[in-house]
Amino acid sequence: MTDPTPIQALQDEGPSAPSRSQSQDIWLQFRQHKGAMAGAFVLIMITLAVLVGPYIWTLDPTNINIRARDIRPMYTSLWDEWAKTSWAHPLGTDNLGRDLLAQLLSGGRASMAVGWAAMVLTLLIGTTVGVLAGYFKRLDGPLMRLTDLFLSLPILPIVLVAVTLFRGQFRVSKAEPFAALGIDWQITIGPVGEMFVLIVAIIGITSWMPTARIVRGDILALKEREFILAARSIGTSSRKIITRHLLPNVLSPIMVSATLGLATAIITESALSFLGVGFPSDFPTWGKMLADAVSRMEQFPERVLLPGLAISLTVLSVNYLGDGLRDALDPRQRGR
Amino acid sequence: MLTYAIRRLVLSVPTLLIIALAIFLLLKLAPGDPLASQPLTIPPEVREKMREAMGLNGPWYEQFWKWLVQMFWIEPQVLIDLIFGTEISWQWSPLLADVPQSWIDENLAAGVIRETADGSLEIYERKQRIMSWETRSPVMDIIAQRIPQTLWVVGMAYVVGILIALPIGIYSAYRQYSIFDQSGTFITMIGFSIPPFFTGPLMIVIFAVQLDWLPSVYNTVHNVVDWDSFVVQLRQMVLPVMVLALQTTAQISRYMRASMLDNLNQDYVRTARAKGLSEAVVVGIHVLRNSMIPVITVIALNVPSIFGGAIITEVVFKVNGIGQLLIGALFASDIPMVMTLTFIFAFLIVMFNLIADLLYGILDPRIRYD
Repeated sequence: MTDPTPIQALQDEGPSAPSRSQSQDIWLQFRQHKGAMAGAFVLIMITLAVLVGPYIWTLDPTNINIRARDIRPMYTSLWDEWAKTSWAHPLGTDNLGRDLLAQLLSGGRASMAVGWAAMVLTLLIGTTVGVLAGYFKRLDGPLMRLTDLFLSLPILPIVLVAVTLFRGQFRVSKAEPFAALGIDWQITIGPVGEMFVLIVAIIGITSWMPTARIVRGDILALKEREFILAARSIGTSSRKIITRHLLPNVLSPIMVSATLGLATAIITESALSFLGVGFPSDFPTWGKMLADAVSRMEQFPERVLLPGLAISLTVLSVNYLGDGLRDALDPRQRGR
Repeated sequence: MLTYAIRRLVLSVPTLLIIALAIFLLLKLAPGDPLASQPLTIPPEVREKMREAMGLNGPWYEQFWKWLVQMFWIEPQVLIDLIFGTEISWQWSPLLADVPQSWIDENLAAGVIRETADGSLEIYERKQRIMSWETRSPVMDIIAQRIPQTLWVVGMAYVVGILIALPIGIYSAYRQYSIFDQSGTFITMIGFSIPPFFTGPLMIVIFAVQLDWLPSVYNTVHNVVDWDSFVVQLRQMVLPVMVLALQTTAQISRYMRASMLDNLNQDYVRTARAKGLSEAVVVGIHVLRNSMIPVITVIALNVPSIFGGAIITEVVFKVNGIGQLLIGALFASDIPMVMTLTFIFAFLIVMFNLIADLLYGILDPRIRYD
């Protein structure tokens, strides 16, 4: 007796295409989002430029050269042949003769560093609060009340107040313990490092709430699923359940809110610099270059345009990247 | 609904108290001496007296309590006096200052000073209000002078932004993935991404410098008396309103689009079309009314953040509003002013959160709070 031959439709000749892992799926979906691809490209370019740029364009951004001041960018000679231009300073110089290209590169370093560090801190606080509130029922009430409270704080005024009142104070109070360790506070960390820590800490403390809420919501839903019950029934500890089973599953909302956090942090830092409460005045950042140039923008519009474009382009690319990530990481969107 | 409203209102009191305490402690913890800007030649005992006059000598909880009393008890009394012409914020208090006898005689006759039974003098004066250290005048008076400018510019910008955003959101949802929708998405992204401290100078360069159409600085002392001065007022409001409205439009039009999309695929829309209703009625009445529910709450939620964000726009266009007041007070270490202004911002946020929740309950009959 022979085996019954299956009818045509039920014949299984192996999968028609090689199976794809989840990350391949995400990458395929992400690649279809043109804006996200362009955003990722621009963001990588800008990051590379500010990371590698200062080693290639080695002019000191804080070097004052009063003889070479007020040089226009090269492109102005296209329509104004008498404009004062020089190949030594392709993007021109400011009113003290500091090179604009070098300032843009090192200013971008500061903005990006603040953005990334503040974003990481935001995620750390937000994820911790969200996981604790979602997983442990007893902590849920108090932590969420705390989140609501932070959400009712006026963020920009509070950030302004904190940065203005606390700046320049670490040096006095914290210098001595460092001196005991043989570290000179002024040289090793200095006013710039101190401001960096202050701004990053304040942005982190005031912007973790959306992440915490999203993570808590997802954890609450995941916690009731069977695989968590299975993990618990074989005696997995709470810590292991959180790190092994829950965190990998809430990674996608965390990544999406990371992009949002990066964009907000860059804008907040620039706004602080623009209002004159950010980094020390001889340390270039995009926001401060813009603020310094506003008073003479009729004669030298490029000094407003270039840093402004740099900020806007960075934030725009980060936002597009976030948009693409949201689509790619959402399994309901994928494959449509 | 009413019980829910009352409960929320009562619950917002401890929230506001904790926020006030947090702001107060932040200002207290900040290192730095409020008298640091005074000349070094002031002798220590005078300095001590100045500290006492500024109310800096007591423990922090006493200072906080005094601020609370002044903010929530005395300032409302002053407001009531101002509206009804009463004198409840005035009282007889002992005369402590050393004044010449002639001044005392003069004021005794006028009835401003009186003698008590034990022979000491009392003066009829207003209770102590929150005083600005920078201008030495009541904080609330200065805020009341500045709020109209902020409200004119920010309020107008918000209304304009919403009026532009709603049609854009509706049309891009109705024609999803059309060229209009795609370009709308792109422009919204730009509106999200370009910060106001860049759009502001950019607009000044284009419209005030190159084209010379509009003034770049907002003139706060300008009075509207006739048509011509009204036109001047409108012209000077255009640029700041445009900058602020760009942000509002970007946000609200996204929400409107998403909310319309949610509703357009629902069964009741198919039913309405099947009944033979025209597209204008289906979209303009059936879908629009339902999709406005979340949008209206978002509009209410965003009002306070607009006030905060207006700080930068006010600085760029030199609008003499409360945002600029906050910046100025911060640089002058005017702690009472900073404290009061920050608290007012927080108060706005809490109140508009409450309003948004209540609006949601009123507009959406499916939501029951009881």
